[in-house]
Amino acid sequence: MPTAFPFSAIVGQDEMKLALLIAAVDPKVGGVLAFGDRGSGKSTAVRALAALLPKMKVNANCRYNCDPGHPQEFCEECRARAGKVKINQVSVPVVDLPLGATEDRVVGALDLERALARGEKAFEPGLLARAHRGFLYIDEANLLEDHLVDLLLDVAASGENVVEREGLSIRHPARFVLVGTGNPEEGELRPQLLDRFGLSVEVKTPDDLPSRIEVVRRRDSFERDSTAFLEVWSKDEAKLRKTITAARDRLPSVTVADAALERAAKLCMALGTDGLRGELTLMRAARALASLESAKTVKDDHLRRVAPSALRHRLRRNPLDDAGSSVRVDRAIAELFG
Amino acid sequence: MSGALVWSDAVLAAQLFAVDPAGTGGVLVRSRAGPVRDHWLAMMRVSLLPTTAIHHLPLHIADGRLLGGLDLSATLRAGRPVAERGLLAQSDGGVVQVAMAERLASATTVHLTSAMDAGEVAIERDGVSLRLSARFGVVAFDEGLEDEFAPASLRDRLAFHIDLNDLPVGETEVFQIEPERIAAASERLATPVVSDTQIAAICNAAAALGIASLRATLLTVHVARVSAALENNATVTDDDVASAARLVLAPRALIFPQAQEPEKEEQTPEPPPPQEPPPEGDDTGDENQQPDIDRTLDEIILAAVQSALPAGVLAALREESRDRSRSRSSGKAGAHQQSKKRGRPVGVQRGDLRSGARLNVIETLRAAAPWQPLRRREAGGHGAQARVLIRHEDFRLARFKQRTETTTIFVVDASGSAALHRLAEAKGAVELLLADCYVRRDQVALIAFRGTGAELLLPPTRSLARAKRSLAGLPGGGGTPLAAGLDAAAMLADSIRRKGQTPTVILLTDGRANIARDGSAGRPRAEQDATASARQLRAANIAGVLVDTSPRPQPLAAQFAAEMGAHYLPLPHADAATLSKAVLATTQGR
Repeated sequence: MPTAFPFSAIVGQDEMKLALLIAAVDPKVGGVLAFGDRGSGKSTAVRALAALLPKMKVNANCRYNCDPGHPQEFCEECRARAGKVKINQVSVPVVDLPLGATEDRVVGALDLERALARGEKAFEPGLLARAHRGFLYIDEANLLEDHLVDLLLDVAASGENVVEREGLSIRHPARFVLVGTGNPEEGELRPQLLDRFGLSVEVKTPDDLPSRIEVVRRRDSFERDSTAFLEVWSKDEAKLRKTITAARDRLPSVTVADAALERAAKLCMALGTDGLRGELTLMRAARALASLESAKTVKDDHLRRVAPSALRHRLRRNPLDDAGSSVRVDRAIAELFG
Repeated sequence: MSGALVWSDAVLAAQLFAVDPAGTGGVLVRSRAGPVRDHWLAMMRVSLLPTTAIHHLPLHIADGRLLGGLDLSATLRAGRPVAERGLLAQSDGGVVQVAMAERLASATTVHLTSAMDAGEVAIERDGVSLRLSARFGVVAFDEGLEDEFAPASLRDRLAFHIDLNDLPVGETEVFQIEPERIAAASERLATPVVSDTQIAAICNAAAALGIASLRATLLTVHVARVSAALENNATVTDDDVASAARLVLAPRALIFPQAQEPEKEEQTPEPPPPQEPPPEGDDTGDENQQPDIDRTLDEIILAAVQSALPAGVLAALREESRDRSRSRSSGKAGAHQQSKKRGRPVGVQRGDLRSGARLNVIETLRAAAPWQPLRRREAGGHGAQARVLIRHEDFRLARFKQRTETTTIFVVDASGSAALHRLAEAKGAVELLLADCYVRRDQVALIAFRGTGAELLLPPTRSLARAKRSLAGLPGGGGTPLAAGLDAAAMLADSIRRKGQTPTVILLTDGRANIARDGSAGRPRAEQDATASARQLRAANIAGVLVDTSPRPQPLAAQFAAEMGAHYLPLPHADAATLSKAVLATTQGR
């Protein structure tokens, strides 16, 4: 894998970076969708995130990245081996779902090699297994084949991958943070998939000259000598990594006052979002943000800052009023928070 | 710019590309096939290092071949899975040549561009999971006419855009190319340094030219470095920057730069570029000097770009950029064609190999695989030589969902008579219908006719954002060239049908044609022509609805609908919502 551009060296794109950090702190927020212009660094940010994330503990030799801290969620293999498993530190998986992927590689299928060579019926886990407890990244998510989208929706909703094919009957945990990027000019995302993403951000190419120059400058020095560049930024990266770890530890202790909940609910009502997912995501994202900023309770300010990302894609669609959704959220926020 | 200059720039682009194919992304050659293009290609080939291989990417390459996957024959021979490298991985370190890039299928484009971005290709197919290095340059031949273009996402990633369309063969003199010089240049690529001032100047120029994509700026910086390597300069000189700007920025310019500050501000709809570069980071030392240096370098760059842009071309440039944004769907044709022939694969089923059924070889092998040892034992000596024993019950057939996509063509009368009555409501109705088409994932297209002709405002698309934009820009007024509108609709419907989709025409008009096909005014001729065009539509058996938008419905329009073979829908007092509901009921009832 080529070296990734450091996350902290990305100029601007604050909303996208914040959304990714929130998802890294609390995976339950439910994924990030970054839609926007060409060449604005969407993919760069996601790949950078992979390098940034703190390592996680897994059971050694587990193909599904089972978490030693949660024995009740073990896969069958780990359950069978329970008690005598070594624990490994691995980097959090950020798994690419390439557009040309076939179904068998996504959900997993019969291990062809073992079947052909030894006549054994064995299951070979797919990308969903590999992404468990990590991130599943779809570049150009709007161009993903419909049947793959259906698969993803099903698994993302249940947190479990059920494989019933080729005489195999396997189920394994598959909880991952879905990260999608795309360019709206090339087509819209299916509404069902859109709804699965917790946060949605709009990415624009920076339009002020200083930051554009800075982008080019950093990119240029990265390309010229990536090792030296990474060295320069390693301190910032380490600091950010520490912030994420600390925020994760702090997360359970961050409280959400009833008043804040009421605010969140009022905001969603004012915007007429479908279902309760909006409130839940808004609350979770605000809590993750508070935790990132070492706050003990969720304040209005946190709600206000995550509300656009958490709600903009959930407004009842007037499909032609595309520019409107961000504006509507902003207006509702202004009304409610004053 | 004279032909000789175009040619020498094209040759320079070829050489710079040859120095670093993957880093510069590639060359987009807008030209029809012909001797000029052949000359250029020959020049490019001579420039390339002898070790650089050129791989041809056929237009309708299958995903399996492009990305790689399971090599079936090798797998069967070896009795274990053998991965096959796809074209992208094979092209690592080489050049991918795409002919007719304007027709490139969107799926192919995405694979190509994501491999370019990552420098590798990720394969998750047919039980194979691999990452293979895939760093290559792309030479894309764009043979599009007028508003057909290679996919925007691909264009954005190719540093050089050259247009050889108007170049006479006589201008293409043969340049002496020294491959050794290029080979030497590719060795010292990492050495030249682009100064901060130069980077600032390039960003400035890009902003002044209205280029939004940052990739263009990054490519310019890189090309400047390549140019310095080619010229054997230790650091990047202003000349290198200027020629990089001329080659990379000029073809992408949307705004013609003016040296005078006030005009610049007027023209740039985005925030006007600040006149001074930002004092950044640690180079505050020479901060007070910078603006001066900058301005001169700015001028050099803009002058270089201007030399590549004839002054009169501004209006055309703007026009073109509008066209470009409209024709973003260029090249989707391939994908749909495939979908007609095969439909969307929706899995496999067990079954007999009757005519028409397509065997899914991989799934069949999978089904057969676990039984091999058993069968071999059963077969005893007989089947022992066979690598894989496949039986009737293993056959797995591919299932395809033949989803016929519908493309709704709106033909909107934007003439004076209609504008007075109902244009706003028609627009509203079209928007609502568009929304509905979106829900059903149908495509929509929009043709407007007014004045003396018809115009395709929106090629078939699924993107609502685009549809909305073209509707918003729909002006009204002028005569009613109904025949021209219907002809345009018939042509579009025909091309849609050839892609395997079903066209439906929705005509919103009051039926009072007054401009004939040839653009001359006069009601009788115009009506005659319109009727002829309408019959054409009926003969082609294209479903349609005629929405009569005049305040008092007249038998004339109904008659006309009959000629067209369309459903007649008089909607004298309907608002947008009723109108869309009525049209929907009609089209879905079919």
